[in-house]
Amino acid sequence: MTLEVLGIYATAIFLLIGSVFVIVGVIGLLKFSDPMTRLHAPTKVGTLGIGMLLLASITHSFATGGSSIHELLIMAFLFVTAPISANFIAKANIHRGVCAPLPDLPDDGTWSTLTPVENERAPREEATEGGRA
Amino acid sequence: MTTASGLMEIAIAITFAALALGQILCMARLAIGPTSGDRVLALDTMVINSLGLIVVLGIRQGVQIYFEVTLLVAMLGFVSTVALARFILRGDIIE
Repeated sequence: MTLEVLGIYATAIFLLIGSVFVIVGVIGLLKFSDPMTRLHAPTKVGTLGIGMLLLASITHSFATGGSSIHELLIMAFLFVTAPISANFIAKANIHRGVCAPLPDLPDDGTWSTLTPVENERAPREEATEGGRA
Repeated sequence: MTTASGLMEIAIAITFAALALGQILCMARLAIGPTSGDRVLALDTMVINSLGLIVVLGIRQGVQIYFEVTLLVAMLGFVSTVALARFILRGDIIE
């Protein structure tokens, strides 16, 4: 009985923490000024906010008699995919030139996100020209 | 017990309100976002917020059947975000 009440209190606290993180992340998405800076805030919604809501779901299911931990699967999926999608959006921002240009590397190298595109595009143009010839 | 369930109701209401406000603010960023990367980011955040809405609905109704829905929405959101980002980057998705 006491453990059940404690679990429900913990669920309510997890829900409130999650909603605070959701609000903070979305306000950051709306208020920041630069596209690359805006990329920073919504990752809190994905990892901490939804992670806390899923933790509240686990705690609630344990407090009400059941036992389900398969929300951990969703949590793991979100933790894996959030950096990947953020990386793709950042790459799109870099290649479309909407952010500040990347600084020069000290050892006269090139950024690895800029080199493969040139290497991929060049052979394709050659291939099409070769096909026409 | 009544205090705990009352607090639970209040917390669920606050969480629903926070997620709904999040959806509205994301929609504002989706409308005014200057670059298309911002629009993709706003759509991704809206998918994640709707995931939270489904989770909180499952907590409120006390059922477990929303787990599969949440997992499917998460996978679809990730795939659509990657597809949109690649479309912005390259101009096509499957080369």
